[in-house]
Amino acid sequence: MNTRATEIGVGLFVLLGLLALGFLAVQVSNLSSMGNGDGYRVTARFENIGGLKVRSPVTVGGVRVGKVHAINYDMHTFEAVVVMDIQPQYTLFPEDTSASIFTAGLLGEQYISLEPGGAEAILQAGDQIMLTQSALVLEQIIGQFLFGKASESGDL
Amino acid sequence: MTGAIQQLGIDTLNSLARLGRRAQFLLQTLSGIGSLLWRPGLVVAQLESVGVRSLVIIVVSGLFVGMVLGLQGYNTLVDFGAEESLGVVVALSLVRELGPVVAALLFAGRAGSALAAEIGLMKATEQLDGMAMMAVDPVKRVIAPRFLAAFIAMPLLAAVFSAVGVLGGYVVGVEWLGVDGGAYWSQMQGKVDLYEDVYNGVIKSIVFGFAIAWLATFEGYDAQPTAEGVAKATTRTVVQSALVVLMLDFILTALMFGEI
Repeated sequence: MNTRATEIGVGLFVLLGLLALGFLAVQVSNLSSMGNGDGYRVTARFENIGGLKVRSPVTVGGVRVGKVHAINYDMHTFEAVVVMDIQPQYTLFPEDTSASIFTAGLLGEQYISLEPGGAEAILQAGDQIMLTQSALVLEQIIGQFLFGKASESGDL
Repeated sequence: MTGAIQQLGIDTLNSLARLGRRAQFLLQTLSGIGSLLWRPGLVVAQLESVGVRSLVIIVVSGLFVGMVLGLQGYNTLVDFGAEESLGVVVALSLVRELGPVVAALLFAGRAGSALAAEIGLMKATEQLDGMAMMAVDPVKRVIAPRFLAAFIAMPLLAAVFSAVGVLGGYVVGVEWLGVDGGAYWSQMQGKVDLYEDVYNGVIKSIVFGFAIAWLATFEGYDAQPTAEGVAKATTRTVVQSALVVLMLDFILTALMFGEI
């Protein structure tokens, strides 16, 4: 094996390794969605966020438009404050857009779904979404269902 | 009775001496790496033998590991109607654990054993002594390039393994089993974090590369200069590398992902 072929082989090998690293960074991980991190931030207040986590998706009509940046708890109003990063290409949401916390599938992860309203004014960076719907907590629903059943049978 | 106690003492002293030689050897090798800047050709030749020639086994294994992950992941996830998460399962398993660990085990078997055998044989045939006679430092001329090449090759091979595995999972999951291709990638990109998952996986493979490079070159250099000694050194390299990689993996995982 002459030197030239060896060097070309090694060059190709290193290139392939770096390409694989690049592939992992760009195609496999969230670099592509972090790259355009110059989106805008809006907040929403929820009574109960259920299992929502930082980096949970934010969707509109099922399309992913951003992610949860931070979750805090406001000790004055006793509400959870969720800060969302919306990607810059998705502007022009009406001001009266509402936010709900849904679950993907029965046991899936929780995400925020935005529902555009009809107002003329546009949602700006730093704005707060006023209309929110808390997460459905399975235990509460089951509890209400059982309670309803019990009172139903009590009436009879 | 006295004989047994004496033997215990001999073994203890021997292993302590070995530990000392190991540390001393590492220092010598690391200080020899600097001089390679003027002889990059030495490293390139070694990269060819430990890196390029390990590529086939890494690519083929990565492909099959990824395909098995795709198949098994699909069978489990489809029961919960969550087969769209297949990409997450495949990518996280590969990037965090299987990529670095399996690539390191294969690398130890393919390249580590060859390094130990080659260096051990050079010692057995007195080539290393011959170099020393000619005022050529064998650590700088023989050990350091091999150490550096193994250290460089390992993270690259682990990255290739993970990348090929993700593609193998794609082939099985999307092309054969009918998972939605867009969901495969988008869920993966949503859940796999560049810093938390990909970087930590790369750090793991760098640590494994260092461990294997050190073990393999040391075992070869410290081998008994006989045919049997070389055979033992080769075996020890593979066994110790596998154990060290798995133990280090647990420690690194606990530090990176655990709540300890």
